[in-house]
Amino acid sequence: MTARERYSVIGKARRRVDGRAKVLGQTRFADDLTLPRMVHAKLLRSPHPHAEIVRVDTSRAAAWPGVLLVLTGADFPIGYGILPVTPDEYPLARERVRYVGDPVAAVVARDERTAEAALAAIEVEYRPLRTIADAADALAHPEPRLHAYSEQGNIHRLQALEFGDVEEALAGADRVFEDLYFYQGSTHLPIEQHAALAALEPDGRLALWSSTQVPHYLHRMMARVLGRPAARVRIVACPNGGGFGGKTDLCNHEFVVARAAERLGRPVKICLTREEVFYMHRGRHPVTMRLRTGVTQDGRITGMHLQTLLDGGAYASYGVASVFYTGALQAMTYEIPRYKWEGCRTFTNKPPCGPKRGHGTPQPRFAQEVQLDRIAEALEKDPAELRLGIVAKPGSLSTNWFRIGSIGLAECIDEVVTRSGWRGKHRRLPQGRGVGIACGSYMSGVSHPIYRNAMPLSGVQILLDRSGQVTVFSGATEVGQGSDDVLAALVAEVLGIGTDDVRCVTGDTALTPVDLGSYSSRVTLMMGNAAIAAAERVRGQLAEAAAAKLETTTEAIVFAEGRVFRTDDPARALAFHEAVIAAEERFGTLGAVGSYTPPPHTALYKGGGIGPSPAYSYTACVVEVAVDEATGWVSVEKVWIAHDIGRTLNRTLAEGQVIGSVYMALGEALMEEQAFRRLPPKLSDALVHRAPSMLDYKSPTALDMPEVDVVLVEDPDPNGPFGAKEVGQGPLLPVMPALANAVYDAIGVRIDEVPVTPGKILRALERKARGEPARVGPEHFPDVPYPEPLFVPPPWEGGDGREIRREVKLR
Amino acid sequence: MMRLPDFELRRPRTLAEAATILAGEGPAARPLAGGTDLLPNMKRRQQTPRVLVALGEIPGLRTFTNGAALAIGAGTTLAALAADTRMAQYGALAQAAARVASPQLRNQATLGGNLCLDTRCSYYDQSEPWRRAIGCCLKKDGDTCWVATASRRCVAVSSSDCAPALVALGARVRLVSREGTREVALEDFYRDDGMDHLVKRPDEILSAVDVPDAQGWRSTYWKLRRRGAIDFPVLGVAAAVKRDTAGTIEAARVALGAAGSRPFLVPQASEALIGRTLDDATIAATARRVAARAKPVDNTDFETRWRKDVATQLVSYALRELRGEDLGAIRRRF
Repeated sequence: MTARERYSVIGKARRRVDGRAKVLGQTRFADDLTLPRMVHAKLLRSPHPHAEIVRVDTSRAAAWPGVLLVLTGADFPIGYGILPVTPDEYPLARERVRYVGDPVAAVVARDERTAEAALAAIEVEYRPLRTIADAADALAHPEPRLHAYSEQGNIHRLQALEFGDVEEALAGADRVFEDLYFYQGSTHLPIEQHAALAALEPDGRLALWSSTQVPHYLHRMMARVLGRPAARVRIVACPNGGGFGGKTDLCNHEFVVARAAERLGRPVKICLTREEVFYMHRGRHPVTMRLRTGVTQDGRITGMHLQTLLDGGAYASYGVASVFYTGALQAMTYEIPRYKWEGCRTFTNKPPCGPKRGHGTPQPRFAQEVQLDRIAEALEKDPAELRLGIVAKPGSLSTNWFRIGSIGLAECIDEVVTRSGWRGKHRRLPQGRGVGIACGSYMSGVSHPIYRNAMPLSGVQILLDRSGQVTVFSGATEVGQGSDDVLAALVAEVLGIGTDDVRCVTGDTALTPVDLGSYSSRVTLMMGNAAIAAAERVRGQLAEAAAAKLETTTEAIVFAEGRVFRTDDPARALAFHEAVIAAEERFGTLGAVGSYTPPPHTALYKGGGIGPSPAYSYTACVVEVAVDEATGWVSVEKVWIAHDIGRTLNRTLAEGQVIGSVYMALGEALMEEQAFRRLPPKLSDALVHRAPSMLDYKSPTALDMPEVDVVLVEDPDPNGPFGAKEVGQGPLLPVMPALANAVYDAIGVRIDEVPVTPGKILRALERKARGEPARVGPEHFPDVPYPEPLFVPPPWEGGDGREIRREVKLR
Repeated sequence: MMRLPDFELRRPRTLAEAATILAGEGPAARPLAGGTDLLPNMKRRQQTPRVLVALGEIPGLRTFTNGAALAIGAGTTLAALAADTRMAQYGALAQAAARVASPQLRNQATLGGNLCLDTRCSYYDQSEPWRRAIGCCLKKDGDTCWVATASRRCVAVSSSDCAPALVALGARVRLVSREGTREVALEDFYRDDGMDHLVKRPDEILSAVDVPDAQGWRSTYWKLRRRGAIDFPVLGVAAAVKRDTAGTIEAARVALGAAGSRPFLVPQASEALIGRTLDDATIAATARRVAARAKPVDNTDFETRWRKDVATQLVSYALRELRGEDLGAIRRRF
């Protein structure tokens, strides 16, 4: 592609292909769908954080006027889990409930109100168990154990990896910094609540329309839970009104309405209330961290040791991956010769945590970037210069054996430093004003499916007809991120037509080839490469037919502006549809498929499958704040952010993703908390979400958004479609630490946790005034029984990316 | 979605007819004005009135007259109130009305509704299943106040913005029932009881608010909250002063909202202000005395201690603004 640097579709600021329908309210989200004879489901949820189910009596509810069906755990003998290693959930709880909101029974009735009223008639007898309230509680109380399969007690998972001897690296450092950090949990807060509609199709197949980001995984698991052949199940991923990871898990209600539709032979719909979305959760894990970093006097890292402790909530969800992600992507940004990380995920009686934008990475990124700010100050270096000196090298392997392709981080830092006037501001602004800088890196899709197989990660099919219409089929899911637009743009670019000429059919397991889903920032790169492969195949056929018509060679044929013409004589041309007709005459019906399989990865050690990606994006961010020392109030004055996107496909969409990331990041940085109320244990076992509503769960509004200066740095990656890398998640990562660093620059106190609230700032200022450490953050790190780490020599110390016994000396 | 419970809707055309319906139905009937407080509460089953008496079609409830004083129909929307040019003299009320909830809600919500706003608490403003998960609370279906488990009294917080503003302005409200009309000073309209916070009887309708002539007075309202776009107050400060030509304060009224189960006047403020000018020392002393009366509890947004810590600041902002300082930059912050 490098031969042709002039593009007619990609790179421009364009109206997205689905924009008009969304603005006009014509997009059909799952809850907009209505089918004849449709009935409605509601879920009965546990009022206890932790209890055994002794008895469920549904007889009164079943007899309720207007009620058609009542389901309980007994109707679902087969469990599921998004990760095949942890199938610990059931559509409706069978023996145990593990959080307030855990679904226990379902009523299907002629309307939603009747279903809700009948829920009250279901009698459930519970035997309450002790509440496990948070990670420290889980470590201290192995019993009652939430899950028998856990690693030990209420520890779901322990993980430890060491790349080179880290203690030796720390001993050889000029300075070692050790700090504790805490990152509060938060939820996705998509505007669209989850909704699902299930129906038997005329041929007896079961169809489910759902606001899901993962129709393929849902397809597999729906077949298993219902005991149906997968070919007799169809999942349609409706356009999501925002996902952010909150719809990447399998949801109780999806199975419930599917089973109900099977039983009743009538369409069954459910739409969660906002409160129920808070219980579905799967959001950001609260993580406590200890970070030890050795540095030389000139600001180079000698080694890093990270410990994480995750509060996972009641079920595994993606938890095994989540705990890995608190360590896996920490060595992608800077040169870290040796690196050790230990992670622990606990089970607690709260809605399960899972993947939220950045999945497991924002928490340790916050720790590392705030600590770098401390290091820079202690070494009397500029924090931007310090980072520039240690940026990872393009085409290198990371400490943990992940292949870094293109890396535009140095340019990103330069951009935000220049545009923000950093050098004139940092440590130079008047008291109460400050700037902070931070960086980050993220995957453009994880290189592995969540279930082991050797098939492609994304497939695209393309169909041309003689009208000139181009239809593209892809399993990718439009979650608002613009995947339909990316699909149309790439095909349009290859075929020299406009995006209006491309019809996208996406996210329907009955019609479209498999794509694994809209998660891990994988769609642009993986679906995109598959789409280009398919489009290039049909272009080859069109070129051959056009060459014959225009009496030239295929090499002399160019596709642009809806025409197919000779490069040496542009006047000799066919309209695009004429080229299609010529090709159909020559080859018959026109179509092609393309698929994408990532390059083999080099992290061959156990656990090395989580984190490798075909390409990594990079971001740098400067935040400027004003902090009022009388009230502790933080005002974000402006954010400058530069993102190494590889290649911009649609400038409007890409900038929107960056600004959206900044918005979500500022929410986490300043106010959002998925927090719980533990009532006095002497009086009550209750543990409830503090504020499961959009009014009381505080998230910023448009009025709270500062100006955001966005720069897209384009350093095309050989693995990306036209060089493109991800932009949906990476830009979130540096914002929280940049803000915390800016607060320090403004008033000289460290808030080593998010959210950075005015109350914490006043407390830190008080401590400073009393001559105590001017910080608020965790005071101690709990004792965690981390295992002996797997020992893997980093690439520059030999080995082949596999673990070895520590005492073996290589070289 | 959350659905309303069943209810019967009555739509009287006169105030007398509305009063007759309320008298006949007893406490199971509730007046319905803008509905922005009552209807969400009904969805959460905090209140489940059998009959709603809609006041929207009653002429006269939206009248707005000014002569020597101001008479505001209780059905006047907050948006209309905030935009009315006749409000210029009544700065505290205009600012309070403009800061309730969001523009969409202000287009629907009424002044009377804001004055009758149910008290709020983070253990109470929850769905019915949530409240059952904590065994309910004193205010509704339970016997423990989870904010203060030793408390015999419900400490749900008065969250009206207009109430403290109108208390500072010395307003009175008219209550209409089948028996006739009575007038109550707004500061006496509220009880310090989160469960029974209004002296209004179930058969009474708040029909109008009378605000005395504000000639020579200057007033302001400051609202502490998380987000400028929507939130309820975690503290409201309304201050009104009357000064002579030399700037000496002749009369002063400072009221706090969201600082207890009712909005209340702080007499210590008047003592600290009258006979003095709004100099820095007077403002600082007054702010300390007023803030001492704010005793936030953990039943709304923000850390309780922080709300206590910043009360002094908020009062001093109000007083500084009254002496003519331009605090626009600080106002925009909150």
